[in-house]
Amino acid sequence: MIASTQPAASPQPLLSLRGVCKSFGKLTVLRAVSLHVDEGEFLTILGESGSGKTTLLRLIAGFERADSGEIWMAGERLDLLPPYRRRVNTVFQSYALFPHLTVRDNVAYGLRVRKVAAGDVEKRVNEALAMVKMSAFAAGKPAKISGGQQQRVALARALVNRPRLLLLDEPLSALDANLRRQMQLELKSLQREVGISFVFVTHDQEEALVMSDRIALLRNGSLEQVASPRDIYGRPATSYTAQFIGHTNLLRGRVEHGVARCSGLEFSSSASDGPALFSLRPEHIRLAGAGVPAAGDTVRFQARVLTQSFHGATDLLQVECAEGLKLTVRLPSHGALTGQRDFEFAATDAVAVRDSEERS
Amino acid sequence: MFSRAYKTAVTVPPLLWVTLFLLVPYALLFGYSFWTVSPAQTIVHHWNLGNYRELLHVHVYFETLLRSLWIAVRVMLFALLLGYPLAYYLSFHAGVRKHLLYQLVIIPLWVSYLVRAYAWKTILGSDGVLNTLLQYAHLTRHPVEFLLYSPFAVVLTLTHIYTPFAFLPIYASLEHIPRNLVEASHDLGASPLQTFWRVILPLSIPGVLAGATFAFVLSLGDFLAPLLLGGPSGIMISNIVVSLFGAAYNWPLGAAISLCMLLLVVGLLFLSQRLEKKWSYS
Repeated sequence: MIASTQPAASPQPLLSLRGVCKSFGKLTVLRAVSLHVDEGEFLTILGESGSGKTTLLRLIAGFERADSGEIWMAGERLDLLPPYRRRVNTVFQSYALFPHLTVRDNVAYGLRVRKVAAGDVEKRVNEALAMVKMSAFAAGKPAKISGGQQQRVALARALVNRPRLLLLDEPLSALDANLRRQMQLELKSLQREVGISFVFVTHDQEEALVMSDRIALLRNGSLEQVASPRDIYGRPATSYTAQFIGHTNLLRGRVEHGVARCSGLEFSSSASDGPALFSLRPEHIRLAGAGVPAAGDTVRFQARVLTQSFHGATDLLQVECAEGLKLTVRLPSHGALTGQRDFEFAATDAVAVRDSEERS
Repeated sequence: MFSRAYKTAVTVPPLLWVTLFLLVPYALLFGYSFWTVSPAQTIVHHWNLGNYRELLHVHVYFETLLRSLWIAVRVMLFALLLGYPLAYYLSFHAGVRKHLLYQLVIIPLWVSYLVRAYAWKTILGSDGVLNTLLQYAHLTRHPVEFLLYSPFAVVLTLTHIYTPFAFLPIYASLEHIPRNLVEASHDLGASPLQTFWRVILPLSIPGVLAGATFAFVLSLGDFLAPLLLGGPSGIMISNIVVSLFGAAYNWPLGAAISLCMLLLVVGLLFLSQRLEKKWSYS
């Protein structure tokens, strides 16, 4: 096998974007985006609306042309091929099922235009429909089935072609919350099952965290951070990442000789000396046990509870510290809390981040 | 929800209009078609099927009807062959010029039908633009006569006049096709040509049917183009009806022919509507 002769340490990525730029008239949508997708990986492109994530997907699919930069897939220049020659399939946001064809003919479309033998078409279409549990609806037209079912058909129509890469453009955004959560899990397990690389576009950070192997956070056409869900949440590189993915408290202060001082809070930090910005997740702050001495790296402080809201498993508190610093605290559901309280957090949970406002 | 007075005010005028200007004339036409004309040139109110029997036995009526149908079929085909590519280009490839080109297609509709028909007369006539050019280029020595006063002239003129009518519904149906369906087709590996045959054409069938019906029905009932450019060999059924109601003074026979035409056209419209419904998915 050719594959076995390649060094295992640096396998070639399936897809790589190299300095891709795109503008529509005067509007710059993507600024020198470089990104790779590995074989079998579930990569999510996360971003607000207008961040350029759909354009990025359309460039890979071939519906748009990059102004500069290159896209490579499996050792081949992809961006020079028309969309119908790319071994990439797309699940569209609005599904884009052909209204004049039955569910079966929709799924068979890609195989038929590629002149696959009729017997194989039959077999593969049946398998694909069974995979998404839509065999019973094969003879109906797309208008007769629900949004969630259309979603499954769109998925089968793409996967039946056995693409190297599947692109999904906010495919779950039209579904209601419950169905959405269910589809997130189904989609993820389906991806494991077929072993095809997925590039999934969404604006929903929770969805990104649940499904992805890696998340690429896009902001104003540039990549803010690319990392695994745990890393991007736990070790955000910038204040924008920290705020966009989950909730956070941003602490502004200075570091001197390994000690950070932020509005009356003091904790040890490995950040270099000078002005610094820290992200402290609300769930990393807890009530300090009365009489229990603080551990080595634990930071204790007193704060007044301003508001408390109940969120089921957790309570969300707004608290005000001595120097007027306001923090959000997430605690396991508790009785009512009022007045001055002792809180604490581990110094290592305050993550130094780059200030996104300064950079742009 | 709405008051009685409001409902009455909204429904009565159109009903009145339809009754006065549609149902009453058709009822009269129906009545006339069963009467006859006496040798003394008066209309005899005696019910009989004589007019319809005459239509079946006098060949000239049937032949003219066949010729009219054949002219209408040709006009329809040419209008589709010209209108569809035009509509396709405008809808999918014209880009920013789309609206300008659309207006250019529509503008002829603002010019009087009569002016356009006369224009063809001056182009095709023996002293016309075309013959002058042909002779000037020494392609012919004498004026080419068959251009004017022939079914050819009628088909040409009617095609020119009714192509925008075929174009409009086709353009509308193409504009209605969601562009992501075209992208989905390309995404699934279909070439532009495959995409046209498998997605765009099937989804534009309602527009094609509507356009074809317009061009066919309008040209089938036309009488000005054959009158001005058809000559004896280009006579159409409407010309016969006109002369029966005019110089020939045989209103009953004219009414019988009109009624047959009416039934034919209503049948066609019904059929086309059924087919359009079958082919529409929105």
